Amino acid sequence: MKSNLRVKLLRAAAVLVGLACGAVAVAEDIFLPVLSYRTGAYAPNGVPFSNGIMDYYKLVNLRDGGANGIKLTVEECETGYATDRGVECYERLKSKKPVVVNPLSTGITFALTEKAPGDKIPIVTMGYGRSESADGEVFRWNFPLLGTYWNAADILLQHVAKLNNGNLKGKKIALVYHDSPYGKEPIPVLEERAKGMGYEFLKLPVTHPGVEQKATWLQIRQQRPDYVFVWGWGVMNSAAIKEATAIGYGRDKMYGVWWSAAEPDVLPAGEAAVGYHGLALQHSDEKDAKIHQDVLKYVYAKGQGTGPKEDVGTVLYNRGLVNGMLVVEAIRTAQAKYGKKAITGEQMRWGLENLNITQARLNELGFQGLLQPLKTACNDHTGAYSARIHTWDGKQWNITSDWYQADRQFLRPMVQQFAKKYAAEKNLKAYDCSKEA
Amino acid sequence: MLYRENGQFKTSYRADQQIFPILQDRVFMIGVFILAAVAVPFVASEYMFRAIIIPWLILSLGAIGLNLLVGYCGQISLGAGGMMAVGAYAAYNFFLRVPELNFLIVLILAGLCAALVGMLFGIPSLRIKGLYLAVATLAAQFFLDWLFSRAAWFTNFTPSGSVATPNITLFGWNIDSPVDKYLFVLAVVAVLALAAKNLVRSHIGRAWMATRDMDVAARVIGIRPIYAKLTAFGVSSFFLGVAGALWGFIYLGGWEPLAFNITLSFNLLFMIIIGGLGSILGAFLGTAFITILPLALNQIPTVLGIPISTATISHMEAMIFGGLIIFFLVVEPHGLARLWSIAKEKLRLWPFPH
Repeated sequence: MKSNLRVKLLRAAAVLVGLACGAVAVAEDIFLPVLSYRTGAYAPNGVPFSNGIMDYYKLVNLRDGGANGIKLTVEECETGYATDRGVECYERLKSKKPVVVNPLSTGITFALTEKAPGDKIPIVTMGYGRSESADGEVFRWNFPLLGTYWNAADILLQHVAKLNNGNLKGKKIALVYHDSPYGKEPIPVLEERAKGMGYEFLKLPVTHPGVEQKATWLQIRQQRPDYVFVWGWGVMNSAAIKEATAIGYGRDKMYGVWWSAAEPDVLPAGEAAVGYHGLALQHSDEKDAKIHQDVLKYVYAKGQGTGPKEDVGTVLYNRGLVNGMLVVEAIRTAQAKYGKKAITGEQMRWGLENLNITQARLNELGFQGLLQPLKTACNDHTGAYSARIHTWDGKQWNITSDWYQADRQFLRPMVQQFAKKYAAEKNLKAYDCSKEA
Repeated sequence: MLYRENGQFKTSYRADQQIFPILQDRVFMIGVFILAAVAVPFVASEYMFRAIIIPWLILSLGAIGLNLLVGYCGQISLGAGGMMAVGAYAAYNFFLRVPELNFLIVLILAGLCAALVGMLFGIPSLRIKGLYLAVATLAAQFFLDWLFSRAAWFTNFTPSGSVATPNITLFGWNIDSPVDKYLFVLAVVAVLALAAKNLVRSHIGRAWMATRDMDVAARVIGIRPIYAKLTAFGVSSFFLGVAGALWGFIYLGGWEPLAFNITLSFNLLFMIIIGGLGSILGAFLGTAFITILPLALNQIPTVLGIPISTATISHMEAMIFGGLIIFFLVVEPHGLARLWSIAKEKLRLWPFPH
């Protein structure tokens, strides 16, 4: 008995020593938390995205031995798309000194926005989050890279206007949206644009998780809008497509935002989804870019892939890859200034703010065809304004439009106005970016 | 051996009726409070404060509020989340529109607003009872959810319906760091929990309990049901409103209407059922069970170094948590507080039980 106890004690001590060593090792690495949701109503969409971002970090470690030789330590935390659990995950992983956090939920983004300046951890919300956070003077720590929902709404309007020879007067546009901060984001732009472009705007909220939409689509049957914009997430999207079929509303008149236009949104609806359009956040379901070959060669061939091999190259998987790439590029940018070592959150913030990914760099990274060049600045935390439409043909997504550029002349004042209001509510003093130039 | 009341003679009614008649209990409680106020700030990590202790304390306050209504007065309510929302949005609007107000006054005003709304939605309780009343209060929950996500005035016309709160300063004390927040919450919760404990021992509390046990008999002995039930709704909602304001300002810092949805109402109800209906201590224990246990379960595999995917961990968390709820309810249907008092009974005879 006695010796048994001693063995146990020794073992415990060994574990403790191991933990202590582990802590030291972590300090030399760059810690990247991944808030994911692999369970719950939004898992079908959360899983491929998380697999993509995890695989990209693994690729950087396996192929390049980390970012400039500094290993990336990654830890996942399950949020279930719930804000409180997301905040808890953030607090849990904060002690490991993360250099950046990707909340992967607009609700969690809102909560973390309040914490970021105090904790000095930048928040990257690629293609989601709060739209006014594009204003880097007020939102110093938020980076809605690649596009905000206001850009998305503007681009969708440009597209339908183009279909109508630039005239939307007298048309009806309905927004079927997830009744959460995420779904409500595009409303100010669509309302503001309605004044100028003269279309009638209908707001149709759908409550979480969005399986029950009969009443919403009954209204669409009555009102007969010319276009329906779908701002859904998870099961809500395929449910919307099915309901549209049930009332005989043309899928070709439906446009999903970039979070409502991936395989998990259309596959459950089967044939009914053919002809459904969606916004592509630059990339679509490209499968054989160099980056995919690299992932298959360096990660999956070694049996280290996070998800099934077939998922590589799906829309949300690609988005995860892009998110991972932007984070790693920002780390490299920061390392170019602060030295090739493990960087801090503040240095990472500088890296994100001075991100400049040229076409040559994109080709080098293997993202040719997926992305356009991107350049952020002190007062512009988005860095890119373009997107295009892709359409589901029953088997894959096909790009069906040219590139559109969100109208910055129109959006910029709105961003500033809402950011200013936020600053006033919070008693924040905006940073003056002209000092840096 | 240590825990016995031999030799402690009560020579006055006052001594006999105090909250903790046994000396050891008093010493224990004072010790716990001193530990919480003095030692914990030095020991606990930031994660402990931000993710565990602060939400636990605030939700305990909410659970106490709901317990006054459900546990003491016997009026089942599914609108607790809605009352917390009233408190949070009231505090937000007072703070925004009258910035010179002291935060303590804002808290009280938030509680009073919630109390008013609670009494309004408590009116149906004069006619309907039990499960039917639960459905009526469910209507309150849905109405308030709808109100705060649709009436843009309450959220100061923010586009996404989310609000953000400024930092709080109280008499020059900037409540910003986790320790400051913890101490502030601890003070508020301690004062209100003490108030609740005294309230349920007073004539009002007795009127509530009489109504709970048999409202016809209560009426016969001269308790006006309208008075008993509406005060219960009012006081309960006051507690919930203050808890809501703290939840929004201290814990979340910014929130969306979803933060106070039906899930929160259910959780509060589960907290008091598992903790023990009609017990202030039970509110604390039940809240710990519902809020802290899932987090602990979620982290055990990582701490032990067992490589399991995060998805499997969360599935296991849900399964084990559900199993434990059933286990505790089967072992002791009267809740954790009852287990605690059984333990105390046993302790009195220890080590020589007859």
